[in-house]
Amino acid sequence: MRYIPLSPQDKEKALATIGASSVNQLFADIPEAARMNHPLQIPGPLPEMDLMDWFETAAEKNTHAGPRKTFIGAGAYVHHVPVAVDHLISRTEFFTCYTPYQPEVSQGTLAAIYEFQTYTAALLGMEVANASMYDGPSALAEAVIMACRVTGRDKVVMPDLVHPHWRQVVQTYTQHLGIDIILAPMASDGVCDPEKLAAAMDQRTAAVVVQSPNFFGHVEDMAAINKAREESGALLIGAVAEPMALGLLQGPGASGADICVAEGRSFGGSLGFGGPALGMFAVQNSLARKMPGRLVGKTKDTKGQDGYTLTLSTREQHIRREKATSNICSNQALMATAAAIHISLLGQNGLRETALANLAASHYLAEKMTAIPGVKMAFDQPFFNEFAVTLPMDAQRILGDLASAGYLAGPNLGRWYPEMNNTILLCATEVHSKKNIDALVAMIAKGTV
Amino acid sequence: MSSQSQQGLNFTEDEIFGRGSPGRGGYTPPESGLPTIDPQSALPIGALRKDLAGFPNLTEPEVTRHYTRMSQWNFAVDLNFYPLGSCTMKYNPRINEAVARISGFSTLHPLAPDNQAQGTLEVIYNLERWLCAISGMDAATLQPAAGAHGEFTGLLMIRAALTARGNPRKKVLLPDSAHGTNPASTVYCGYEAVTLPSGPDGRIDMAQLDRLMDDQTAALMVTNPNTLGIFETDILEVSKLVHDRGGFLYCDGANLNAFLGKARFGDMGVDVAHINLHKTFSTPHGGGGPGAGPVVVKQELEPYLPFPLVEQTGGGDYRLEYDRPMSVGRVHGFFGNTGVLLRAAAYTLSMGPEGLAQVAEAAVINANYIRARLEGHYHIPYPGHCMHELVITDKIQNEYGVTTLDIAKALIDRGFHPPTIYFPSIARGAMMIEPTETESLETLDQFCDAMIEIAGEARANPESLKAAPVCTVRARLDEATAARRPQLRCSMCG
Repeated sequence: MRYIPLSPQDKEKALATIGASSVNQLFADIPEAARMNHPLQIPGPLPEMDLMDWFETAAEKNTHAGPRKTFIGAGAYVHHVPVAVDHLISRTEFFTCYTPYQPEVSQGTLAAIYEFQTYTAALLGMEVANASMYDGPSALAEAVIMACRVTGRDKVVMPDLVHPHWRQVVQTYTQHLGIDIILAPMASDGVCDPEKLAAAMDQRTAAVVVQSPNFFGHVEDMAAINKAREESGALLIGAVAEPMALGLLQGPGASGADICVAEGRSFGGSLGFGGPALGMFAVQNSLARKMPGRLVGKTKDTKGQDGYTLTLSTREQHIRREKATSNICSNQALMATAAAIHISLLGQNGLRETALANLAASHYLAEKMTAIPGVKMAFDQPFFNEFAVTLPMDAQRILGDLASAGYLAGPNLGRWYPEMNNTILLCATEVHSKKNIDALVAMIAKGTV
Repeated sequence: MSSQSQQGLNFTEDEIFGRGSPGRGGYTPPESGLPTIDPQSALPIGALRKDLAGFPNLTEPEVTRHYTRMSQWNFAVDLNFYPLGSCTMKYNPRINEAVARISGFSTLHPLAPDNQAQGTLEVIYNLERWLCAISGMDAATLQPAAGAHGEFTGLLMIRAALTARGNPRKKVLLPDSAHGTNPASTVYCGYEAVTLPSGPDGRIDMAQLDRLMDDQTAALMVTNPNTLGIFETDILEVSKLVHDRGGFLYCDGANLNAFLGKARFGDMGVDVAHINLHKTFSTPHGGGGPGAGPVVVKQELEPYLPFPLVEQTGGGDYRLEYDRPMSVGRVHGFFGNTGVLLRAAAYTLSMGPEGLAQVAEAAVINANYIRARLEGHYHIPYPGHCMHELVITDKIQNEYGVTTLDIAKALIDRGFHPPTIYFPSIARGAMMIEPTETESLETLDQFCDAMIEIAGEARANPESLKAAPVCTVRARLDEATAARRPQLRCSMCG
């Protein structure tokens, strides 16, 4: 076997050193009745070339036509990640190392995560960020639990404009913790109504969650919502599903959010059917010691040189066990490293220009779509790279026709909002040229007649 | 950090924040041929960002050098032996990386309709079946993104099943040698974590289990082999007792590498287990993630698996089933760390049934070989053969004032990553050594030689170990100050 150096001769030598007569003697602790008496029923082994064939054959059954024809966002956005990012995270020292528990031999990972924490906090407008969570939705669930813990309250108000999958994950996480998730219906307005939110909050409300841009792509009035939650004393949790917007928009922290989470896949990640994802988690300083997840801090070594180490770990499960701030043990370290590299490559100009390119593409798409007779914008609200349009016919049919032609668009909002059955989301980013967008619109126009 | 301190080929590197000059950049967006849109007119003025102060302005060569230098400050399994106990730092095959990067997989949107995603769904479906075959279980979810995430998911399912039987119960029993995630996951499911004291041989004490496993206990969560590297020989009696009292047996699969192809959770009476693909199935640890923690279950728990699940239709196509009314819910935004799943599938096919059984044999032989070589030089708290990992302690070296931490740092100076230290806490001053199957005897000998040399140094010259490590880019870090006055970001940026 090509990954196992132990040859028959080595085995003999090792067993002699161990003082065992056979390999089976080493497995004697496994009770007879629990031992396997037949080979595993799995295929293989496949040599490398045959293995690659197997997976390439499978990949060909994914019949989508690639990023330039993918106009779905809805929590996973198509971006061009510079080739250098993948090359750098393919440095074996970054991807074949473990968690940096031994800081002297892990300064590379630690420094990259420190950069990631800095970028995350800066983009979200927050004071500190952690080393990352599994994904945006689980980060939101952890934020909700944290808000209840720090306030001693047990209700969280969540508009239905938060991504439906994110809401489902929050529901899963909180179901046995005595936390009431109060769903605030705002979908008919397309944005949150601060007065209605205020009315939904009371002295038991630990937090209100606001996603901006929201699930329909609209930019929320975070400042007004921040004001609306004041009377109840509830915390404000900001959620960002598309952080590429933060090249132009300020983060929720700038409007007073206490906790902010994001899905960071847009930086350094690929769509990859949704994973690996990258949860971003940030708080204001006063809550830093109450956060879930790993943290990297800057300190000095015994020679007085600057260096980095994992810190504040008494919050974490490996020290605190059942009293920990979360059960999370790992982070998405390599994705956080990729995000830091991508953001470093973008820099000030790239962050802004990429965001501007998204704005240009989505607004051009919206203009062309609404020029099709019978197609209307579902809302008149400001948006970044995604928006909702209502079609004059069966949306499911046209999305299916587009898919057959290799174009991915949607999703149909009727999937989660029954009253919006012929309204679809569309997303256009910097990867979509005028030509790509014109081709999509022409196909939809053809389908509407 | 100052680049002045460069020594030979050891490059240091300044922090990236604020570096470069405003005219520079490392990225140009694709040419779109589209008119620009003024953000002031398209977006609310009050929502616009004022600036991006502190973000760098660097070109691609500068950024590439920055991260390449930083990478050189890391130890990695490709550089040398990385014997972290319970972490299974085995070699990460490069073919797995190539598979995960096939563009048909990597550019697929998670909301693509099923008929456009048949390839990825086929791999997910097959990996589920293979993990069931390997573990002797009936059904699986690949959604959890890590082991702890899998624990949480598995316990939620136990709670749902008990609720369906009429009483969710109140407690979960955990051996005192358990990973810290176990009690933390327990609390997240609304249960109280109750500690089960281990017996003198480090195993589950049947008398204690009999005493504590009552009608309010939902489950016993075991790790097998446990964190001392010892197989729970009474596992069948344990599962019988737990089942007789109406509870479920959860197995933390962190140590599955010990018995791949030799034994299966299902045949041990386990009801739910999670499998760490980043350990047993060779996917890279990546500096702390992404991993994947699929959960495998027996039939009774199948209705409670998270949604969606991949199903095969009569026609042989694959589809995502969302309509699962008894499900515990969704635990991930989409379908988990799919890229990690692809790597694990590639590994499984690379190895095949005989290959996986060889993994367990070689892993166990390697651990016992180290054990035999270190015997007499280090205190070994639990007698007898070990499985895939062994625990030693600093008891002998303590006599000279040398601790586990000193030994760990001295190993670094000798070119090895230290073992997992001070865990499990039931062995005072523990060093948990897991060699895995991908190391040669020559490497194990070099490691054992270094360990024996350190033991000699501890006797002859204990003070010399206190300064270690001296061969790294940084000496021991001041972790106390880091925690007292946390500096968690650069203030110059943002």
